[in-house]
Amino acid sequence: MTYFLQQGLNALQLGSIYALIALGYTMVYGILSMINFAHGDFFMVGAFICFVVVTFMGLPFVPAMILSIIGVSLLGVIVERAAYKPLRQAPRVSAIITALGVGIFLENFTLALSPYPKHIPAIIENTSWTFGGLTISSLQVIIILLSLALMTVLHFIVQHTRVGMAMRAISWDKNVVPLMGVPVNNVISITFAIGSGLGGAAGMMYGMAYPIIDPYMGIIVGWKAFIAAVVGGIGNIRGAVIGGYILGATEIMVAAFFPSTYRDFTAFSLLLILLIVRPYGIMGKPRPQKV
Amino acid sequence: MVLLKAENITHYFGGLCAVSEFNLELREHELIGIIGPNGAGKTTVFNIMTGVYKATSGSIMFNGQETVGKSPNSITALGIARTFQNIRLFSDLSVLDNIRIAHYSGTKYTPIEALLHAGRYRAEEKRIRAHSMELLSFFSMEEFADELAKNLPYGMQRRLEIVRALATRPKLLLLDEPAAGMNPKEIDRLMEFIHWVRNEFKLTIIVIEHQMRFVMSICERLVVLDFGTTIAEGNPAEIQNNAKVLEAYLGTPAVNDYGK
Repeated sequence: MTYFLQQGLNALQLGSIYALIALGYTMVYGILSMINFAHGDFFMVGAFICFVVVTFMGLPFVPAMILSIIGVSLLGVIVERAAYKPLRQAPRVSAIITALGVGIFLENFTLALSPYPKHIPAIIENTSWTFGGLTISSLQVIIILLSLALMTVLHFIVQHTRVGMAMRAISWDKNVVPLMGVPVNNVISITFAIGSGLGGAAGMMYGMAYPIIDPYMGIIVGWKAFIAAVVGGIGNIRGAVIGGYILGATEIMVAAFFPSTYRDFTAFSLLLILLIVRPYGIMGKPRPQKV
Repeated sequence: MVLLKAENITHYFGGLCAVSEFNLELREHELIGIIGPNGAGKTTVFNIMTGVYKATSGSIMFNGQETVGKSPNSITALGIARTFQNIRLFSDLSVLDNIRIAHYSGTKYTPIEALLHAGRYRAEEKRIRAHSMELLSFFSMEEFADELAKNLPYGMQRRLEIVRALATRPKLLLLDEPAAGMNPKEIDRLMEFIHWVRNEFKLTIIVIEHQMRFVMSICERLVVLDFGTTIAEGNPAEIQNNAKVLEAYLGTPAVNDYGK
């Protein structure tokens, strides 16, 4: 039982990171109906920014976190303006191919700067507490609580600010929104800033939990978070969070009770089955097409 | 005073000329109608006026400012609002949120203030909410404020679209087929409603409508389009007896084709 609870805690940690990344996919999809396949690489850039500011500038946790978030937010906004915006009227496939291209560019740009895997030094004191056989580390506490805090902030922005309302409206009908006096391009930029920033935060936390980072680390994590977003119902914010935690829990539990090589295979099989049962994802709703 | 002056507006979709040399002078507080057969270019004119399309050539001066080339959101901010031929509400948002979003351009607070729940954020959100509720109660819709827009009955959705347009504080309101799908009794009520809205909000209104009874009794002036060209302009009585208009609507009498 203790073992199970202990694994539950690990699942919460991994799930938080998947959820944060999945939010970036789902927000962009909600507003532009496109999958930003470079998002996994945004996550990687977040980990590298953390590495740079910690190793070369010696910054402690909080400023490093803020810089990672701001850095990746800026990256997201620049990529959207430079690479996606010119393709807004183009078929969605062109935008998706461009996103893949941006991802490959980011991987190889990082590879050019840093050909070898890097190690992020520990920047928070690693203490752990034991409650009745259950051990929890300071890092776990930080990752779980910080993720929850970021998700709460996001919920507030989406539900209670004018930008959030504009985002929800754009995901419904992007042609009418400008006629309500809303500058759609600004709202799209803000969406990219927030979605990418969450990815950057996830990258930094992932780098602290699994401190060996390399330019390709975003690929598989990004794919997994994308699948989490689809399972939750792409475009749906709560769905992305639920999907992230489901995926985290499945992976950890499979690895805990079966040979660890079963992990991805079982996790993805479960997700495939879930999608057969609910093709629009857990929170997704089919949008009836009126004729 | 002239509120809007459109000069030589021409618009092409590829090689197809949708609107050709469209001219219009609109005085403040006028209520005019644009009529014409399907595909005559009426909605295209609205789309050009609101910035959805950029006219291929020509100019529109609205309240002293050129609007051709401006983005739809800045044109809305200048004071042109519209409704749509088929209802385009944000169906999954509440009635209140549909109105609140129309206040976007008039709102000023920074994200920081919003996150801290302080400063202008509270005051502004309170003001927008109050103004939205005021508008809704003005139209006796306050009890539906928390209902999702898609759950309203059809007539109410049409009305909400007009309320949402009014929330942007327009000077000029463009109504695209407001009577579509209404029975004669509902149309009577809609005519009263439009008159009342125009006086209460001191609006200038352009309507596109196929319902002849509706346009003939409500509009002070009519513009008739056919194949993108203005074929007639005048008061309803003049239009009713205009030979070109009859031809556009009814076709050339058969005797002209074969009888000569």
